[in-house]
Amino acid sequence: MNAIEVDSLTKIYKKFTAVDNITFNVNEGEIFAFLGPNGAGKTTSLKILTTILQPTSGNIRVNGYDVLHKKNDVRKSIGVIFQSNSLDEKLTAYENMEYHAVLYRLPKKEIKGRVNKLLENVELLDRKDDLIKTFSGGMKRRIEIARGLIHTPQVLFLDEPTLGLDAHTRAFMWEYIRNLKENNNLTVFLTTHNLDEAEKIADRIAIIDKGKIQTIGTFEQIKEITGVDTLEQAFLKLTGHEIRR
Amino acid sequence: MLGPIRIMWMRQIKEYWRSKPRLIASIAQPTIFLMALGFGLGPVFQQAGGGDYVQFLTPGILGMALLFGSVFNGVSILWDKQFGFLKESLVAPVPRISLLIGHSIGGATTAVFQGIVLLPVSYFIGFRLDSLLFIPLIILFMFLISFLFSLLGISMGAKLDDPEAFPLIINLVIIPIFFLSGALFPINNLPDFVTPMAKLNPLSYGVDGLRGTMIGSSDFGIVTDIGILLVVTFILLVISNYLFEKLET
Ligand SMILES: Nc1ncnc2c1ncn2[C@@H]1O[C@H](COP(=O)(O)OP(=O)(O)OP(=O)(O)O)[C@@H](O)[C@H]1O
Ligand SMILES: [Mg+2]
Repeated sequence: MNAIEVDSLTKIYKKFTAVDNITFNVNEGEIFAFLGPNGAGKTTSLKILTTILQPTSGNIRVNGYDVLHKKNDVRKSIGVIFQSNSLDEKLTAYENMEYHAVLYRLPKKEIKGRVNKLLENVELLDRKDDLIKTFSGGMKRRIEIARGLIHTPQVLFLDEPTLGLDAHTRAFMWEYIRNLKENNNLTVFLTTHNLDEAEKIADRIAIIDKGKIQTIGTFEQIKEITGVDTLEQAFLKLTGHEIRR
Repeated sequence: MLGPIRIMWMRQIKEYWRSKPRLIASIAQPTIFLMALGFGLGPVFQQAGGGDYVQFLTPGILGMALLFGSVFNGVSILWDKQFGFLKESLVAPVPRISLLIGHSIGGATTAVFQGIVLLPVSYFIGFRLDSLLFIPLIILFMFLISFLFSLLGISMGAKLDDPEAFPLIINLVIIPIFFLSGALFPINNLPDFVTPMAKLNPLSYGVDGLRGTMIGSSDFGIVTDIGILLVVTFILLVISNYLFEKLET
């Protein structure tokens, strides 16, 4: 079964076409990466797949549920780590995690242990009672990663997850996600600017530019199609410019 | 559904309590109003044969404090949009109405807290409750008013995007609600063309209910007051739920 099915998705903001008739599927248990320059339409696509933005047209199913008509079923089965800040600055680290745990129906007696464990994993357990507004950018990111892993979804959406993250947390995150993939058949949809990471982590990659999917396939397939040796060269060839961070 | 309601409710209360400037201002403002109007206008009122103005005014100022204290809760939706936290709530697998209700109860709780603090203050300017037995009913009215106007504020917060513009627009809406509610002067003395507006104003029934329970003088009757407040609350709940379901970021 396909964990994600996207058929002719288009999103037009006012007059600007941010996502232009894209079609792709993601298999269950697959790690799928969206690679593209700034403004390519990655975040826009991800917001539509996660039900918080209305598409202009297209059919989208996540875990078999239509994102327009079965919003709540989609939401129950996914986890999302957003690109831009999504923490409440006026709550503490622990309270932000607790808020998430309650909304995702973790049994009450498991919440404390689970939250503390994840805070420990991102090495912020000693800061758990500090307000988020006193955290550095990277520390906030670590909290968001930890929070996104509190519940175990069937499909995990990650929007530039490693942006601003230190090497240690990055290693923890990928290790954790690989484990989930192997043991729970987790599906991952991620967007990234990091070519090495896409190459190392993703089973398949879609290169997207100006709202269109330029190519899609495994790393090997993409190299073959474009006739180059590295993902970087393939990217350059397809989008005509350097990756912008 | 109770878990999400409760956690959202707690969040509003924590944030209110943690912001000391907000806490102090929210209590000082109605206190100043009450003192200034009570001491300043009281004697004028009495000379004109209008009875004891402090008795009349206190429930009105209480209504005002609840109105302002609750409508302004809507601004936090705008900050949540601005700072991105809204995404976290919108993508969660909970009925949005539970977040809406939690938020409104939270806003109402902080407003009722302001109202309760005002009661002892009013004692010092000479206000006397009709009967202490009515205190639970008084608090019930405080809650009904605050919940209703929290919903109004949150609905407006869901529609607007600019946190700077929010207070201006809110003032545009709540100042007429305040002046046409009988909080400062009786509505039956108003010119004929405004009377229908006052009758359509939910705060009129809130203030009337407060007067009924605090000084034993009500125009519409307490049961009517409660009934109308509940009906308007229900309508606002339907509207704001619709707006919440359509929210996107
Ligand atoms: N709310 C909006 N209103 C109008 N245009 C928007 C809105 N959000 C995004 N856009 C536009 O849509 C295009 C795609 O934006 P999107 O955020 O999806 O890009 P992205 O691929 O995630 O880029 P980045 O790598 O910088 O995160 C951009 O040109 C952007 O300006
Ligand atoms: Mg993006």
